[in-house]
Amino acid sequence: MHLSETVTGFYFLAPWLVFAPVIGLLINAVFGRQFSERVVGAVASAASGAAFVISVLLAYSVWANHGLAVSVPFAEWIHIGDLKLDWTFRVDSLSTAMMLVVSGVGTLIHIYAIGYMHEDVRFKHEEGRFARFFVFLNLFIAAMMILVSGDSYLMLFVGWEGVGLCSFLLIGFWFEMDTLARPSWANSDAAIKAFITNRVGDFGFLIAGFLMFWHLGSFQFDEVFKAAPAIAASAPWVIVAITLFMLIGVAGKSAQIPLYIWLPDAMAGPTPVSALIHAATMVTAGVYLVTRSAPLYTLVPEAQYIVAMVGAGTALFAATIAVGQYDIKKVLAYSTISQLGFMVAAVGMGAYVAGMFHLITHAFFKALLFLSAGSVILGLERGHHAHAHHAHDKKPAKGIKTAKRDAYGGHDDHTGAVHGEVFDPGDMRNMGGMRKTMPVTFWLYMIGTLALAGIFPFAGFWSKDEILLDAKLHYPSVYWQLSIAAFFTAFYMGRQIWMVFFGEARTDAARHAQESPKVMTVPLMVLAVLSVVGGALNLPFKGFHQLGHWLEYTIGEIEALPLDLQVAGISTALALLAILISWLIYGRTPLKSNQPDPLKKPLGFVFTGMENKWFVDEGYGVLIITPFKRISQFIADVIDWRFWHDFVHDTVIAGTYNWVSSIALDRYADQKGIDAFANWIGTATQWISGNMRKVQNGFVRSYALSVLLGVVLILGYLIFK
Amino acid sequence: MVPVDYYIVLSAFLFTIGAMGVLAHRNPLIIFMSIELMLNAANLAFVAFASVHKTFDGQIFVFFVIAVAAAEVAVGLALIVEIFKSRRNIDVDEMNSLKG
Repeated sequence: MHLSETVTGFYFLAPWLVFAPVIGLLINAVFGRQFSERVVGAVASAASGAAFVISVLLAYSVWANHGLAVSVPFAEWIHIGDLKLDWTFRVDSLSTAMMLVVSGVGTLIHIYAIGYMHEDVRFKHEEGRFARFFVFLNLFIAAMMILVSGDSYLMLFVGWEGVGLCSFLLIGFWFEMDTLARPSWANSDAAIKAFITNRVGDFGFLIAGFLMFWHLGSFQFDEVFKAAPAIAASAPWVIVAITLFMLIGVAGKSAQIPLYIWLPDAMAGPTPVSALIHAATMVTAGVYLVTRSAPLYTLVPEAQYIVAMVGAGTALFAATIAVGQYDIKKVLAYSTISQLGFMVAAVGMGAYVAGMFHLITHAFFKALLFLSAGSVILGLERGHHAHAHHAHDKKPAKGIKTAKRDAYGGHDDHTGAVHGEVFDPGDMRNMGGMRKTMPVTFWLYMIGTLALAGIFPFAGFWSKDEILLDAKLHYPSVYWQLSIAAFFTAFYMGRQIWMVFFGEARTDAARHAQESPKVMTVPLMVLAVLSVVGGALNLPFKGFHQLGHWLEYTIGEIEALPLDLQVAGISTALALLAILISWLIYGRTPLKSNQPDPLKKPLGFVFTGMENKWFVDEGYGVLIITPFKRISQFIADVIDWRFWHDFVHDTVIAGTYNWVSSIALDRYADQKGIDAFANWIGTATQWISGNMRKVQNGFVRSYALSVLLGVVLILGYLIFK
Repeated sequence: MVPVDYYIVLSAFLFTIGAMGVLAHRNPLIIFMSIELMLNAANLAFVAFASVHKTFDGQIFVFFVIAVAAAEVAVGLALIVEIFKSRRNIDVDEMNSLKG
């Protein structure tokens, strides 16, 4: 329904969801260089915070009006004949839920980023980039708001592309260096990889959009859903095609098989980006899209089944890879892929509330985990630098250094150009024992881990079990895949905890790690609280199911499942078992420095597979990228250059033209025709004048005679005419 | 009254003598005199036609011709005197420096 005088509430504020962050980014883009870091961060956080306040007011309006969904027309966009595409905001229970997550988590991450980027830009010797980071971050919030608040698939797509752009910009934020600040295009390559992989998915989304427009006649959510049942009855393949092409888009944005490969590389971006974009918000856009399109998916169970299988497969597959990773953020990245698989499986099964529930709780605890990991990394950086300077001061650069000192001694950067060894603060093998040096981060990390592992009563427990229960009732195969994935999740998180926080410090940097400042830890504490109590959003007891009731306003009737003790018991037991196994392997005898992973020996090639991401990237390289490059090379070199340029253009067209002009035109027409004629006139004139000049002999009497003769001739002619 | 044909014949006769004089003589003074003769032959024809047609048009033309002839002689004699001064010779056959 459209906004009218009778509707009360704050619906009219909807456009400011987008404009608040846009204003913030404009201020920082124009004045960011003059402002101090504090002001830049405050402006950006305030802009994001304003979006959060507006989201709260909008959610309140929806609540006060008993779930009234309102379209707020904002601007005319494309009007051609009957085609009318407008920028309209849609405020309903589903979009406000997303708005709250995006702006809420986003604001916390903005605040955290003030502290994180302060040090990040210093470790990478480029303080000028501080303001740019917040401009991008605000731009992302604006784009994400367009995505979740759009009233049509077209506006959703605009936001969809916008967040993709911001993801690209932020992954490649340190575009001319790698994550260790060495000169390299690695980060830029990661950004391009993310962008192109997403483009593949977006192409699917676009095809879905066009199919929708041709067969259903609109992009507008309501109109599409209204027209869909009739089409589903007459031509069911249309809806199947739309939903499956949409699934390709979902696979791109939400990092599902087969397009998940960009997300681990996206860890090249600064850690707040990993938390905000690549864990909490943008990657969940696919889940949101399927939930939003619930009326379409409900019509085609085949498509639902495929979505569920893709999600479950991704959840399991990515979870196995996470087990073999050493980079603290890579583990979390694969964990994110895996958890997104849970969500996609849920929405594929029609358990939209469970999917959205997990989306929200995951946003809390995965953001917490990523940000805590960022805190660990910075703590290690600080420890590394403090130790390096300390050693440098104590013992000036003279005399013989030990090999160990070489690695850390006397250098401000990690490149170790002289010493040849590189210190990676993100590598878990460089950590160990950090619960003593970074206690606050440790406890925060523990909360996030327990929530992710699904331990009662943390948020992840409730949302994951709701998905598992739905899976058990609808698709048993999905249920066991997800259960194994959950087991792996608890295992690799346990592995991470033992490797990072327990045992002995394996490097000097870990030994001298320092706790992060308040500006970073306070937002983490808020997220930690949310990770603990987030399950309260949708308790599976009679009379609760708050999130379910809330989303019912938009999605329609949804079955509210009670807590199933069997499912909960099995999943908790699996999680605890996994943590126990991880303790046996990694906790009981802590990893020593330079010791290979203890799983490497017993698992053999399986672990090599996990370590190397099952060689999927290499497989894509062989199957797709190399042939693609060959074909493009062939097309560019042989077809385009040699055939078109050399043969067709140079030989056929230019050659023919040259031949025609030189032979036919130059030699015959020009030389023998025009030139000859002109020359003939000249020659004739010369000849005539040469003969005529003989008449001009200067003798007056001969002139007179010729005049006389002329007169006689004329008179004779006149007389005898 | 004498028929006009006689005047025409006389005019033609005089004109022919003048023309021959121009063509045959080398001395520019003689040539000038011959030109005068030709002009007067034409004047005679004008006067004869004027009297036949009973108009004054021919008479008026005669006045013009006489005026032009006087001017021509004035300019021509001046040129001849100047040429004679510089070359000491007024033979027209030797004055061919303007030949093509």
